[in-house]
Amino acid sequence: MIELITSLMAITLRSGASLIYATVGEIYTERSGILNLGIEGMMLMSAVTSFATVYHTGSLFLGILMAMLVGGAMASIHAFLSITMRANQVVSGLSITLFGSGMASFLGQRLGPESNKGYLVGLVGAKFEPIAIPFLSKLPIIGAIFNQDILTYIVYLLLPAGWYYLYKTRNGLNLRAVGENPQTADAMGINIAKVRYLYTILGGMLVGIGGAHLSLSYAPGWTENITGGRGWIVIALVIFSMWNPARAVWGAILFGGINAVQFRLQASGTTIPAAYLNMLPYLATIFVLVILTWWEALSKRVGAPSALAKSYMREDK
Amino acid sequence: MKRNGLLITLMAFLAFTWVLFNGGALGTAKADAKEALKAAFIYVGPIGDLGWSWEHDTGRKMLETEFGDKVKTTYIESVPEGPDAARVIRQYAQQGYKVIFATSFGYMDPMLEVARDFPGVYFEHCSGFKTAPNMSTYFGRMYQPRYLSGIVAGKMTKTNIIGYVAAFPIPEVIRGINAFTLGARSVNPKAQVRVVWTNTWFDPVKEREAAVALLDAGADMISQHQDTTEPQKAAKERGLMSIGYDSDMRGFVGDSVLVSPVWNWGSYYVTTVKAILNGTWKTHQYWGGLKDGIVKLSEYSPRVPQAVKDLVAAKQQEMTNGTWDVFYGPIKDQNGKEVVAAGGKLSDPDMLNMSYFVEGVIGKAGK
Repeated sequence: MIELITSLMAITLRSGASLIYATVGEIYTERSGILNLGIEGMMLMSAVTSFATVYHTGSLFLGILMAMLVGGAMASIHAFLSITMRANQVVSGLSITLFGSGMASFLGQRLGPESNKGYLVGLVGAKFEPIAIPFLSKLPIIGAIFNQDILTYIVYLLLPAGWYYLYKTRNGLNLRAVGENPQTADAMGINIAKVRYLYTILGGMLVGIGGAHLSLSYAPGWTENITGGRGWIVIALVIFSMWNPARAVWGAILFGGINAVQFRLQASGTTIPAAYLNMLPYLATIFVLVILTWWEALSKRVGAPSALAKSYMREDK
Repeated sequence: MKRNGLLITLMAFLAFTWVLFNGGALGTAKADAKEALKAAFIYVGPIGDLGWSWEHDTGRKMLETEFGDKVKTTYIESVPEGPDAARVIRQYAQQGYKVIFATSFGYMDPMLEVARDFPGVYFEHCSGFKTAPNMSTYFGRMYQPRYLSGIVAGKMTKTNIIGYVAAFPIPEVIRGINAFTLGARSVNPKAQVRVVWTNTWFDPVKEREAAVALLDAGADMISQHQDTTEPQKAAKERGLMSIGYDSDMRGFVGDSVLVSPVWNWGSYYVTTVKAILNGTWKTHQYWGGLKDGIVKLSEYSPRVPQAVKDLVAAKQQEMTNGTWDVFYGPIKDQNGKEVVAAGGKLSDPDMLNMSYFVEGVIGKAGK
C-alpha cells in the first residue's frame, strides 16, 4: 500500500508539473484581463522547439531558454492583437492554438537532422534527470517529493512565489487592479497596456516551460500532439484554482493524478469504469463555476477578474 | 511601431489562413507524367506517429517505387473521422484521383456516401465492412503475428505478468489481446496479461502513464495496441523489455523491443493498383493474413534466443500452411467457460465481433 502511494505521488508530481507551469502562467495573464486560449498551440510550439534545441546543442538550459522565447513570442502576438488592436481575444487565442499545432507538426518534420530526413520524431536527446536529495528522498510516501528533476523542484518555489507576488507586492496589486477595473487603475497612473503586455508575455514564457517539461522531462522526445489536450485542461485548471497560483497545486494534483489512479486500478484488476474517474476533474471545474455564479459574495473575493477578455481604451466610459 | 504592427498582423493572418486551408500538412505531388494513375491516401493521424499512419505511408511510397511515373500519389494527414472526411474524399474524387485509400474505420460511411456519386473512381476503405460496386474493404489478420509475439513474451517474462496498454474496447483490439494471451500461455501457462484501457489511439503522455501503472503492478514486459511508442519507452527506462506494434519499433526505441507484429500495407496497395491498371479490379472484402504478407513479424532484437525463434517459426509455418489458426479450440473465456470446443474453431464473423477475454487476461473487455 505504502509503495503504491509512493509511486502515485511520484507520477502525480511529474505529470502535474507541466500543468502547474502553464496554469500559473495563464493565471497571471488572466489576472491582467487578457484571456489567452492559445495555450495548447504555445505548449506544442515550445515542446518542439525546445526539444530540437536540446537535440542539436545538447544543452538543456538552452532548450528551456528557447521554450520561454517561443512561448513569449507567441504570447506577444496575442498581446498585440488583443491589447493594441483590441481584437476579440477568443478568436485571437483560438487562432494561436490552430497556428501553433499546425506549425509544431510542420517543424517536427523539418528541424530534425539530415540523417533522419529532417524528422524529429523518434530521436533521443538529453533530458532532465531526477536528482535525489540525500536522506529526504529515502522517506516513505513523501520521499517522491525529493526525488524529482530540477523543473519540478522549481515548481515548489514557483507556487509560493507566484502567490506572494500576486497578493503581497505592489506590482501584484497593480496587476490585480488592471484586471479588475482598468479605468480606476488607469486613473491611479498605471500604464494598462504595459502591464497587460508584460504579464501576457510572462505568462506565455511559463506556458512555454510547461510545454518543454513534456518533451524534455515527462515524455522525453518529440511526438506530434504530445500535449494531448493539456492546453485545454489548463484553461479549466485556472477556473478551478479560482485565479490563485497557490490553489493551482490542488487542481494539478487532481487533473494530473486522476489518470495515474485509474490506470493503477485497472492494472490491479479492479474495475471502476475509467470514464467516471476521467470525468471527475471536469465535474469539479463545473462545480466551481456554478458556485462562483451563485454565490456572489464569494465570486467577488475569488472569482474571475472583472475585466477578463474585455479590451480597454481610455475613451471608453 | 506602426509598420511593425502591420507586419505582425499580416503574419498572423497568413498563418491563420495557412492552417485553415491545409488543416494539416501539405501532401507531396510528384511531377506529372502523362496519364499517370492518380492515387490519394487519407490518414487519420500524423505520419509522424511512427505507427499506424506511418505504416500506411510506407505502403504509399512502395507504390511510387514500384510503378515509377505510371502512378502519382498524394496524401493528407490528420483528417478527422466523420463529415470532414466526406469533404476530403469528394475533393479528391473531383480532382481526378482514380483510386482513393481511406485508412481508418470512421471513414466508412463518408466514403460510401461519396462512392455513390463517383462510379468511375475506385474507393478502398481500410478496416470496415461496407462495400459498393466501386468500393472495397481491406484489412489484415493482425491477430496471427500477435499470437507469435505472445510466444516471445511468454517465454521471456520472469514475473509472468505481462502488461498490455490497449486503446479502445472494440473487437479488433480485444481480438489482438486474446491472440497475444493465447500465444503467451501456449508456452507459459502461468503467464497472465493485464490490460489497461487508455481510451485513446494517440496520446503519448497518457499511454506512457498507463504503461508505468502496469510496470508498478509487477509487469516486466509491455505490449500495446496504440499508435505511439511511449509504452515501450516507459518499459525501457526501467530496464525492461517490450513487444512493439504497427511498425518495427526497435528502430525508434532500441533492442529492448524484442519483436513487433507489423503491417505491410504496401503488398496490398501494389496488388490493388496493379489490378486497376490491368482493368481487373473487382469489389471485394479483403482480410489477408501472414500467408498474404499484409501482416508479419518484424526482425528480432538480438536479445531473443534462437530456441524461442524456432518455436515461433514452427507456429508461423502452421499458420501460413493453413493447417492451424489462432482461434482453434479448445479455448476458455476469462471466467473459465468454454467458448470454443476442442476440434472447433471460430468463424470470421465470430472473430470480427469478439467481445470477451480469453482465460489468462486480467481486465475487463467492454464497458
